[in-house]
Amino acid sequence: MATLTVPVEEKKKKKVEQEALITGAEAIAIACKLANVDVVTAYPIRPYDTVMQYISQLKADGEMDCEYIVAEGEHSQFEIVKHASVCGARVFCGSSGVGWMYAMEALTVTPALRVPMVAMVGNRALDDPGAFGVEHNDALAVRDLGWNLVWVDSAQEALDTALIAYRVAEDRRMFVPVALSCDGAFLTHSQSLVKIPTQEQVKEFLPPYNRGDLLLHPDNVISVAPQVNEDWVMEIRRQNFQVTERAVSVIREVYADFERIFGRKYGNPFFEEYMTEDADVVLLGMGTMSTPVRVTIRKMREQGLKVGFVRLRWFRPFAGEELAKTLRRFKAVGVIDRDFSFGSPHLSGVVATEVRSALYPGDGAKPPVLGFICGLGGREVTLPDVEKMAEITLEAGKGKSQPLTQWIGLRG
Amino acid sequence: MGQLFAVEIIYRGVFQKTLAKGICRGIVLAAHEEGKPGISFGRYGDSPERNGIPAKSFAIVANDEQTLEAGMAQYEPKQVDVAVVLDDTLCKGAESWGWYGLETVNKTIKPNGTMIVVSLQDPDSLLHTIHAKPQPYKLAVLKGIASFSGMWVYKDDHTDVRVLGAIAKALPELVSLQSIEKFIKDKLKNDLKVTSAHVAYERFSTIEVAPGTGNTEEPFHFDLPGWQALRHGVSVDGVTDRGGAYADPVTGQLGGFRPGRNDKFKKYTTRTMRPVVNFETCTKCTLCWLNCPDASFDVTPDGTYDANLEACCGCGICEAVCPVSNCITMVNESAFQDNASQWEAFRKDKAGYTVWLKTVVVPVGERSHGFRYRGQYKEQIPAALEIAKG
Repeated sequence: MATLTVPVEEKKKKKVEQEALITGAEAIAIACKLANVDVVTAYPIRPYDTVMQYISQLKADGEMDCEYIVAEGEHSQFEIVKHASVCGARVFCGSSGVGWMYAMEALTVTPALRVPMVAMVGNRALDDPGAFGVEHNDALAVRDLGWNLVWVDSAQEALDTALIAYRVAEDRRMFVPVALSCDGAFLTHSQSLVKIPTQEQVKEFLPPYNRGDLLLHPDNVISVAPQVNEDWVMEIRRQNFQVTERAVSVIREVYADFERIFGRKYGNPFFEEYMTEDADVVLLGMGTMSTPVRVTIRKMREQGLKVGFVRLRWFRPFAGEELAKTLRRFKAVGVIDRDFSFGSPHLSGVVATEVRSALYPGDGAKPPVLGFICGLGGREVTLPDVEKMAEITLEAGKGKSQPLTQWIGLRG
Repeated sequence: MGQLFAVEIIYRGVFQKTLAKGICRGIVLAAHEEGKPGISFGRYGDSPERNGIPAKSFAIVANDEQTLEAGMAQYEPKQVDVAVVLDDTLCKGAESWGWYGLETVNKTIKPNGTMIVVSLQDPDSLLHTIHAKPQPYKLAVLKGIASFSGMWVYKDDHTDVRVLGAIAKALPELVSLQSIEKFIKDKLKNDLKVTSAHVAYERFSTIEVAPGTGNTEEPFHFDLPGWQALRHGVSVDGVTDRGGAYADPVTGQLGGFRPGRNDKFKKYTTRTMRPVVNFETCTKCTLCWLNCPDASFDVTPDGTYDANLEACCGCGICEAVCPVSNCITMVNESAFQDNASQWEAFRKDKAGYTVWLKTVVVPVGERSHGFRYRGQYKEQIPAALEIAKG
């Protein structure tokens, strides 16, 4: 009889992953379908809107079953999913640039209410001036509020990370939202070949959303979000703080399980290292700038210049201890910020400031951290731009003093 | 480093977006059959969602992943092996929607690369409008009208696969006809389309365009200022010229009104059609002038209305509101070589203008782009298929 039983491994192989030529936005829409999202709210703004288009198409084609609500603005868009999530629905939402900002009131209350919403932020410059291009300040605006923030650099990673985001957000130890940040145009609008996981794999990876005793339901008599005063707020904030204490280990756990089920390896979930093993200095940045950086590094390596790259994925939680341990290995760090933080210490971008802060505690080496502001408003981070930043960082690594903040690729 | 191939599809926003995207998908998926990795993407800033705006889609394919990544490291290809122009009115220029000057249609073609234009014109007549280029390239015409294929309300006319067949002939190193045919069979599941691609492949031929051949006009351009030269507060200089009367080219008499206009914002290549005015039938009713959304009509010294072609985006509202049946007619932009004033030409030579009108406005009321009534496109399909058959 035993010979008739098909081994579990064999069964898995039969349901093979399909490959499709799709954009990053389409990849996220497919992740929503695979995650069997219950409620989607939409309001158009580029570049996020391609996701809502694809989801509406999946629904129209009968491939996806969900409530699809076109709200009258981003504020309502995020309010509706917040309420749906409290009632036990798995939800998806998203926006870009000033649309994300228009939803800000809803965004601020979402983590405190312990809503495991997954939102896609199609990174876009903040108006004015009206522009479609990528800048990270939109998503970064919620960095202090209890949201988890993750950046990806390929359509495949967007799909996978969307699934990971649901698992992380809906983990009972977490119950906080995840914003999946995708660079406008470079990622949202470029089509590449993506492996689409099977429904069985996703089912195994992502258990149903169970809100437990926090479910707003007549059978579970609770009231959510009453007015409180100073007697309550600090304790509530401490609960969210507890989540951030757990976040790093939960995320690590989820990535390990992702690798087990889907077979794709992301290594360290928090940051990816490229040619860092023997590097003298590294550049560090988030999102699709990784492409020109990797290409430039390969070229510089041919000339014997030992430059590496660290691509930060999760900005919240910020894996400070681990990142610091890694960065202390190098003689200098050049942080490329696709954002600005006017008036910040040393007038650097958001990421450079965080990296310096991460390196400060302890007795370990404190390599100079140079801040570069580059690629704002969707401007191309060119190969010569990257080379220039790498050269400046190499100089700093040799002990030569360099300005702490420089604007690269700017018309003078 | 392996070989990198780049193809760009130049098209009109909205109407041809799906068509352009479909062609790029076809290239990438067919090349994938041959084991070559690739990606496709749109030129983001072009705003392909906006009506009639010149836009670009790209397909990049390489022999290996690292070479592909080197190609992807650029915002968009600086040089392409093949450029496909889906609407011959784009031969005048394909600038982005921000109108940062005029971008020539053949700008990115590599030396000895190929430009394929979907058109009913022959290559030589297209070269009257295509700007001259210092390097040689090849030019091919794929016979056809500007296709809306892929828009949900219009029928498929096989332009997508005909272009793919032509690309396989122009650049067999990128993708073979066999791979194109396999892609069509597997993904589009349409045997007739396989035949269309094959026929386009068989009939494809190019002419050599020598350096300097074509329209020698200096393309309109201006330089972007540095941050220190920019006004602060996201503000730009307004148009201080309030406009006023201007001279009749024959009598020299001042009259009429021409508003001041932004000298950095010229809409030359937005148009697929332009209004042609018969000044003799004009009743001076003012409706075109009142209804033009871009205030592009100049009031002439003799009280008629002249569509100023630096300001006109070719929307056709003037034609629609004009109460006279044979006064304003929208005519395919490819019939014209310049943007000069029609009224001045009329004033200088009335008889000549009348003859010119007859040659240009033929047949009256037939639009080359856009449609006058429901079902018009469907009626045109048999004729388009005849053209495709050659």
